[in-house]
Amino acid sequence: MNNTSKPDTFKHSEAIKASLKKRYARERRFQWYGRLAVLTGFVFLFILLFDIVSKGYPAFTQQFIKVSINLDLDQLDLPPNATQEQLFSANYLGVIKASLREMFPDVSGRKDKQQLYRLLSVGAEYNLRDRVIENPKLLGHTTDIWLRAHSESGSYLKGQVDAAMPESDRRVKDLQIGWLEELKAEGRTESRFNVAFFTNGDSREPEMAGIRVALYGSFFTLLVTFAIAFPIGVFSAVYLEEFAPRNRLTDLIEININNLAAVPSIVFGLLGLAVFINFFDLPRSAPLVGGIVLSLMTLPTIIITSRAAIQSVSPSIREAALGVGASKLQTVFHHVLPVAMPGILTGSIIGMAQALGESAPLLMIGMVAFIMDVPGGVTDPATVLPVQVYLWADSPERGFTEKTSAAIMVLMGFLIVMNALAVYLRKRFELK
Amino acid sequence: MESADSPQSPAPAAQAATGEKKALDIHDHTDVGAYETIGSPFVKNPKMSARNVNVYYGDKQAIHDVSLDIGRNEVIAMIGPSGCGKSTFLRTLNRMNDIIPICRVQGDFSLDGDNIYGADQDTVLLRARVGMVFQKPNPFPKSIYENVAYGPRIHGLAHNKTEMDEIVENSLRRASLFSEVKDQLDKPGTGLSGGQQQRLCIARAIAVSPEVILMDEPCSALDPIATARIEELIDELKENYTIAIVTHSMQQAARVSERTAYFHLGKLIEVGATKQVFTMPKHELTENYITGRFG
Repeated sequence: MNNTSKPDTFKHSEAIKASLKKRYARERRFQWYGRLAVLTGFVFLFILLFDIVSKGYPAFTQQFIKVSINLDLDQLDLPPNATQEQLFSANYLGVIKASLREMFPDVSGRKDKQQLYRLLSVGAEYNLRDRVIENPKLLGHTTDIWLRAHSESGSYLKGQVDAAMPESDRRVKDLQIGWLEELKAEGRTESRFNVAFFTNGDSREPEMAGIRVALYGSFFTLLVTFAIAFPIGVFSAVYLEEFAPRNRLTDLIEININNLAAVPSIVFGLLGLAVFINFFDLPRSAPLVGGIVLSLMTLPTIIITSRAAIQSVSPSIREAALGVGASKLQTVFHHVLPVAMPGILTGSIIGMAQALGESAPLLMIGMVAFIMDVPGGVTDPATVLPVQVYLWADSPERGFTEKTSAAIMVLMGFLIVMNALAVYLRKRFELK
Repeated sequence: MESADSPQSPAPAAQAATGEKKALDIHDHTDVGAYETIGSPFVKNPKMSARNVNVYYGDKQAIHDVSLDIGRNEVIAMIGPSGCGKSTFLRTLNRMNDIIPICRVQGDFSLDGDNIYGADQDTVLLRARVGMVFQKPNPFPKSIYENVAYGPRIHGLAHNKTEMDEIVENSLRRASLFSEVKDQLDKPGTGLSGGQQQRLCIARAIAVSPEVILMDEPCSALDPIATARIEELIDELKENYTIAIVTHSMQQAARVSERTAYFHLGKLIEVGATKQVFTMPKHELTENYITGRFG
């Protein structure tokens, strides 16, 4: 017995030794594949982020041009001691145009004048109006006032326009470039942080367009979505997991919930249009309807992840609670739910993030409208960030390209804030 | 003694022939014929009694016609090889099997004459009267104080903070854990060592002042020193409580219990005073088990 077993073990260990090298090589190879996969992911992520940020960051600055404005009462069509109302509807555009002509006296001809006026934003007259209403003492004097530049002259000042290109191929003409260079040399141009991007609603003029309506719209929509989907989702999951009898009906419900998660989101939009707007007469374009539609879309995600989280709670905790005489409900609410909460929150955040990035169903219920007024509540017309991105990406003006990327950055910022909140909540629940 | 053996199903008789044959029979689940428990399953004026208990998991029968009494203020140990139904039997005593959907329990159970499975029996009240300590220490992921205070709180046993503090301290003292944790009552119970966690679970069980404590292999996850502490504790607790303990360790059964019940393949083979069962087992399956021939 000894004679035969000794060489056998020797042979075995030799065989094992021989195979070791191969096994370790396989392991190393696998690790490299893994690293490569992670690296590829990072490279793509970096390219994406770099592209968005490099395109979008100029949108956060706005060019201003200092114009000497003669606030002549006659020119403004204002009587002395004008009322607030008269101040509001005075002819500021005429004053601005006259002042520009004064600054560049050699400009003549209608076309050239038009080009001159186009240096400034259409919104410049509102800038001026606000300044005058704020400080009526300016009336009758000549003052230097910073006015918002047109998006095209702005893009030249930001260095986005290649002057070597043939004139017909660019929107900023040679004449305008000459004036802008002159202004720049005199120190009459300035780049400032673009506050209007965060305080304005949408606009036809890129330099006037802001994200605020979409930001508020997204916020209100998600608020409605969360308020509806989270409680319904969690309680459905608790009922299905803990209380519902296991039979054909619950099986059917489970299958349907899983199927619902796979329904294309635009179908939910059609449903929202048919049911909530046409049948229940809820307001069109409102975050209320958007939120309801998105909550329908998010519900399956929340239910499925919550059920998984509840299932993964160790049965020993349930037994412990039941063992000291807790009722079923007490067991669930005192012990199972708190332990499952981090998982439930993670699932809900995934669902909410999906809802935040969703645009298709919202197009169906009219949240794609051009809206300039910031919504004050869930029933006011609004749009949401991804739809705003879609709208701006569709606009032909060059100034909207950077706005599109900037809006994407804001959308991602919103997402990061949401995720941070979820991580914070999860940590708090885990500590308890 | 011989006459008691004869009504047994033929399987044990055949086992006597050879060792090999016996080894096969241990895993033979098909034999569900009638049998008779040897020894003294019944006591006078029992705390709990179970009669003709059959338990099924789906189609599989886990317990065959078991009848057993648990006396007042006694410690009864249930031993037997894995899968013999001792834990299942223990869990029928406070209806913990109710939470397993496929589990079906038949038989008559009573606690001080109250029908445990009666239509008017509330499981919450039952489990408050019959507490349980589980195989794996399972403190709630909350503070030590909360772990003990939870039961009294949901049952409304304390009317103010002082009373609750008293209950918590007393329970921890009786579980001989207080001196070790008195400065960290607000720390999570899950941060204690395994033995401390199990004593915390015992403190949690006695905080609601149960009449019976069921222990399902309370020391199987513990080292010998922690085990010794728990066994000492069981000795102290039996003054006030009736204790039914399932254990894998025959030494433990011998050390802590007054009566021992030997289960085999879902049948209650033999019950008797612990000393008698371990020194003079009447059934050969019991003898084979306690002499270590299988299990």
